[in-house]
Amino acid sequence: MRNLRQLVTDFGWPRIIIFLFLVLLFLGAPFVRVRIDASIADVLNRFGQNGVFVLAMVPMIQSGCGLNFGLSFGIIAGLLGATLSMQFGWHGFLGFFGAIALAAPFAVLLGWLYGKLLNKVKGEEMTIAMYVGFAGVMFMCIMWLLLPYTSPNMVWGYAGKGLRTTITVEGYWLRILNDFLAIRVGEFFVIPTGLLLFVGLCAALMWLFLRTKTGTAMTAVGSNPIYARASGISVDRMRTISVILSTVLGAVGILVYEQSFGFIQLYTAPLTMPLAAVAAILIGGASINKASMLNVVVGAFLFQGLLTMTPSVINSALQTDMSEVIRIIVSNGMILYALTRKTKAAS
Amino acid sequence: MGQANPLLSFEHVTKDFYENVVLHDVCFDLRGGEILGLVGENGAGKTTLMRILFGMSVIAQTGGYQGRVCIEGEEVRFASPFDALEAGIGMVHQEFSLIPGFTTTENILLNREDMKPTLLNAVFGDRLSVLDRAAMRRKAEAAIARLGVKLDPDTLVSEMPVGHKQFTEIAREINRENTRILVLDEPTAVLTETEAEVLLESLRRLAAQDIAIIFISHRLHEVLRVADRLVVLRDGKKVKDTPVAGVTVRDVASWMVGREVSAERAPEAAEQALGPDLLAVEHLWVDMPGETVRDVSFTVRQGEIFGIGGLAGQGKLGIPNGIMGLFPAGGTIRFQGRPLPLNSPRAVLERGLGFVSEDRRGVGLLLDEGLDWNLAFTAMQIRGQYLRPLLGGLVRVRDERGMRKLTEEYVRMLDIKCQSPRQKAKELSGGNQQKVCLARAFAVKPRLLFVSEPTRGIDVGAKKLVLDALRRANRESGTTIVMVSSELEELRAVCDRVAIVDEGRIAGILSPQADLSDFGLLMAGERAAQEAHHA
Repeated sequence: MRNLRQLVTDFGWPRIIIFLFLVLLFLGAPFVRVRIDASIADVLNRFGQNGVFVLAMVPMIQSGCGLNFGLSFGIIAGLLGATLSMQFGWHGFLGFFGAIALAAPFAVLLGWLYGKLLNKVKGEEMTIAMYVGFAGVMFMCIMWLLLPYTSPNMVWGYAGKGLRTTITVEGYWLRILNDFLAIRVGEFFVIPTGLLLFVGLCAALMWLFLRTKTGTAMTAVGSNPIYARASGISVDRMRTISVILSTVLGAVGILVYEQSFGFIQLYTAPLTMPLAAVAAILIGGASINKASMLNVVVGAFLFQGLLTMTPSVINSALQTDMSEVIRIIVSNGMILYALTRKTKAAS
Repeated sequence: MGQANPLLSFEHVTKDFYENVVLHDVCFDLRGGEILGLVGENGAGKTTLMRILFGMSVIAQTGGYQGRVCIEGEEVRFASPFDALEAGIGMVHQEFSLIPGFTTTENILLNREDMKPTLLNAVFGDRLSVLDRAAMRRKAEAAIARLGVKLDPDTLVSEMPVGHKQFTEIAREINRENTRILVLDEPTAVLTETEAEVLLESLRRLAAQDIAIIFISHRLHEVLRVADRLVVLRDGKKVKDTPVAGVTVRDVASWMVGREVSAERAPEAAEQALGPDLLAVEHLWVDMPGETVRDVSFTVRQGEIFGIGGLAGQGKLGIPNGIMGLFPAGGTIRFQGRPLPLNSPRAVLERGLGFVSEDRRGVGLLLDEGLDWNLAFTAMQIRGQYLRPLLGGLVRVRDERGMRKLTEEYVRMLDIKCQSPRQKAKELSGGNQQKVCLARAFAVKPRLLFVSEPTRGIDVGAKKLVLDALRRANRESGTTIVMVSSELEELRAVCDRVAIVDEGRIAGILSPQADLSDFGLLMAGERAAQEAHHA
């Protein structure tokens, strides 16, 4: 009994309540003619789609930089990688991993600059990150028009230059991870094995990294920067490394997202993407300076699960088509809830 | 009339914080127009006594006090500082409590401003009265005149020299008509000598106007010059209550520090064979807020326990913090004959220096991590220990088992009371946290260890353990130790030599067997003054 209570406290009531609500939605689904198997497949898919984004929050939280509201920089790097890969006409695995390889240097550079900035505004990282992220996205809105892309699959048809707002990855690397070793059970239920494996691999690498000397130092910096400094750690350097890591993961994250979603979304699309990841990790039980792999998995699953199930169930129940409205209400409501829940581990 | 009932009297005041007695049966009186010098070392109980007088909430929250405080024979028990102000007690704090953007006048009359009614009062009531600036200025000028100093009533506080700020504070207290008792806590600490001179002058002027003054200061010669009577506190007890006439600074100094040395020196200590110079510090300065080091030179020999003492705020804490690279520092430091880079914690640690910080919770511990992390972290980062290869040496990850073993070893050795090696550091008591800090420093196996205030805020049993652990590390592992402490008794018990720091400089280095009054004199910064007199 005590063990159970301890387990409940460790897991946290908010997560248990959200989980029970999610179960309730699943139970209610058949009554409003929403297929459970399709729903579960959908949740799994979205979990994989967004998992790397949520994972990208971890290094910066651990190093005390707070939640990465400026994940947009990673996303921008990822978009550059994706469009370049497509411009070179790379297909299949070469296209996808080529995009990651092309995005990485941009992510490292942007992360380094962004990290420098965050080191100058210690204590205010999150507000600054958000606005710098916005500015970055807006700047890229200009660049997408001006950069000399020529691939007919990407540029505006009438002008022959400037990238389109949405570019399909079909024919390049659509569902490249999702379909890898995918297990199909019946008409509606598919397990996106490759996608889940990839997310799992990323999480395992992160888990391993946090156990290395550098990862340990990073965690110590987040826990008590003065202690870390007194132990000979360069606090600024650790923070910069964490920001770079987060940005690179953001770049990988958007590519994983795109291959599953099917489209590269440019211009203002990355604006609010960081918010969903922030909300997910908070719902997963992370605090502002402590996050674990469990927080990532639980958070991504609960957030995406709720985001998938609520609109479809309510929509069917009300017999109207307002799924998009409900989705916006639910996702912003969850973000709002998560932000009020943010806590510092040190109290 | 004053003879029958003293203006203020403390009767058998006793106060403990969680069974740690800080005031024990303190009695003394204060008469109208008298200046009473209140002196004692840090922690002697001066501040607590004044907090009791003022009814500060911290006293009531920690269980109140025994004994009585009487004003004119009537017992008073103020529930808050406001009641104390009401009863005519004014306090000038060590830190200024002035509003920088306001003028002298506005600060002096803060919350007691004169009002002028306006037409709007008829409708909205008194809240829309306006300030009567002319009347305010008159009052401020009167208060300044009573002090007998020159202060411009219209200067902004932010643009004043510190001396003027201090006067503004005092003027604010005496502006209240009913102020009869004025408490000044280290009023001259921030002043230059001439400013201090003027201040002492105005204190005498105020006393002549029948205001009683309690003057708390570490500058003993100032106390002796201005006070009529002197009360010396030591370890919470009143050890002396005497008229000032005929008392010398040396007397006061020995009263302040003279106590029975409880931690007895180990007899073999004197026979310790010392090696060559290990650390040579020359003209060190450290910019550590509140503990500025101005110009410090000393050498520490191999195998020695070198003590650094002195009063709070004089810079003794700045020395280890500066050398370890935690605060901006300059000067030349040679360790094992080679220069030691400053302002680089890593380089210093790699050369084999260790540090146990005085700020346990802020610098010394990862409060949110387990003991194993706390102990092994520095060794891991500096020495590359407690890492094991994984995936055929591709990456090296934390060796949790090794960390656990290390932690268990030190838990046994230092008798750290904890539930498990993974328990979070913040869940331990102060004494056990201090042991963890020591263990962390020992785990790096330093050649020279700085230990800063190793026994601050821990109980007697833990104190003994900590000091024994230091002695053992010195005797058995040959670790050279530089120990910085406010507790003279402890320095005298453990160290081979003791340096006393005063105003950012080393006032002198003494043998631990030296006369207590010599230590007291050095602490009070009186040595130079005395020698000047003799010459």
